[in-house]
Amino acid sequence: MTTETSALSGVASLELDPFSDSFLTNPYPAHEEMREAGPVFWLERYELWGVARYSEVTQVLVDHETYVSSRGVGISDFAKEKPWRPPSLLLEADPPHHTKARHVVSQILTPKLLRTLKEGFQERADELVARVAARGGEIDGVADLAEAYPLEVFPDFIGLPKEGRENLLPYGSMVFNTFGPRNSHFERAMERGAKAQGWIMEQCQPGAPARDGLGAKIHAAAAEAGYGAEDQAKLLRSFLSAGVDTTVHGIGNALECLARNPEQFAALREDPALARAAFEETVRFSSPVQTFFRTTSRDTELSGMAIPEGSKVLMFLAAANRDPRQWERPDEFDIRRKAAGHVGFGFGVHACLGQMLARLEGECFLSALARHVDTIELAGEPVQQLNNTLRGLDSLPLRLTAA
Amino acid sequence: MPKITFVQPDGLENVVDAEADVSVMRAAVASGVPGIVAECGGSAMCATCHVYVDAGNLDGLPELGDVEDEMLDCTAAERLDCSRLSCQLPATRDLTVRIPPTQV
Ligand code: HEM
Ligand code: FES
Repeated sequence: MTTETSALSGVASLELDPFSDSFLTNPYPAHEEMREAGPVFWLERYELWGVARYSEVTQVLVDHETYVSSRGVGISDFAKEKPWRPPSLLLEADPPHHTKARHVVSQILTPKLLRTLKEGFQERADELVARVAARGGEIDGVADLAEAYPLEVFPDFIGLPKEGRENLLPYGSMVFNTFGPRNSHFERAMERGAKAQGWIMEQCQPGAPARDGLGAKIHAAAAEAGYGAEDQAKLLRSFLSAGVDTTVHGIGNALECLARNPEQFAALREDPALARAAFEETVRFSSPVQTFFRTTSRDTELSGMAIPEGSKVLMFLAAANRDPRQWERPDEFDIRRKAAGHVGFGFGVHACLGQMLARLEGECFLSALARHVDTIELAGEPVQQLNNTLRGLDSLPLRLTAA
Repeated sequence: MPKITFVQPDGLENVVDAEADVSVMRAAVASGVPGIVAECGGSAMCATCHVYVDAGNLDGLPELGDVEDEMLDCTAAERLDCSRLSCQLPATRDLTVRIPPTQV
């Protein structure tokens, strides 16, 4: 691969395609190339700017007035292209509209509420992991565990009906694929997701979710804040888009990391209280959400590089999470490290609204794994599920022995 | 450099020189001060960076926002009038804060 420095601006110009199959299969060598190319670089193929170092990624995340979300957090600029679905009131909005919508959710999905869920979430993780471990033989860590667990607890928490939950994963996968260019992943995801979309929209309507679930609470709080039925539905849609594939991949990636690093699993077995830290380290080391875009609202400068108004800027969150300028031994999976401060959940005004729920799911699952499983080893090569935004597995052949 | 004094529940003190433009939480984490968990990294989402601000230091702090206010209702240790999230406090001048008995 070539790194050229364009004479005009002094910015490194890269040919690599961050949405190609080879990049998505193993992004880490390219992450290093991008970090070392400079604080800011130009991606020729898509004619946009990239940042892959921790410092610059954080600066872009924090400066939400210069790097806006309302023009889309994917490659498409909503000022120039019509979005494929009505924009999110959260992810694809700027303050002050964003502030108001976010508050509707943050006042409900509090650490206090999550504490009340812990016992039930833990029981269900224990039940599932013990059952799968007792089965013996070869299992698929993705279908049998990583998908099974969030698909059990999350839809119940929201208050979704039992029928139709198979639509959640294809819908999420579609949403995250559409942040990328119109490549084969985008097109295939659109095909598969189209069927799911109808069901998702039905479930988002006020009155559809069970009365005692989070969905109904969001609708009620949104109504109280003055949002009409359409916007109430849109607020819940954010949860069904962002709340399932992300945690599934987080748990699947954790399983892979633990299977590949037996000494780390041994440490977790010895002290199951490390479960929460192990999930945090997974989100740093093997970030389920790899990238997001911003659009510049004005001419600006980042680390001495001039970036004009209307530019798309691609933030490589996962590359920042392994930047040696920020992390010691960045390429080591170490569940005892202090991983807090990684940008796997973003940062700033758009920081992941579901991060405390994701941590709860991850913690309960890994704590159950630590107590019910004695050994965990790969029974074949894991297969990566290629997605324009997410990093996760399609299948993970494992052999477990029950504790 | 502003000096931030963290008083542990057992009375021991950690005094930290804070770099320009950082929050009290970051100053604590950068120096490994125990008792500031800061799980969310400063996004006002976890309430595990709770501190009690010394009575003489309350004036001149940024006002309590809605989000911080709600988050302070979620702290593991008792919320007091002088409770704040250290990730929302800029370390712009000398400050003394007490660390609560628990964060999770
Ligand atoms: C391991 C799991 C997860 C990861 C890695 C993750 C990652 C992220 C990231 C990186 C962002 C920032 C987007 C940006 O800056 O443009 C974000 C935002 C968001 N996430 Fe998550 N997420 C996870 C789980 C969840 C869950 C479980 C939910 C819902 C319950 C959720 C709901 C949201 C919402 C609504 C936003 C938009 C917030 C805003 O724009 O203000 N996420 N997430
Ligand atoms: S660090 Fe999470 S609320 Fe302050």
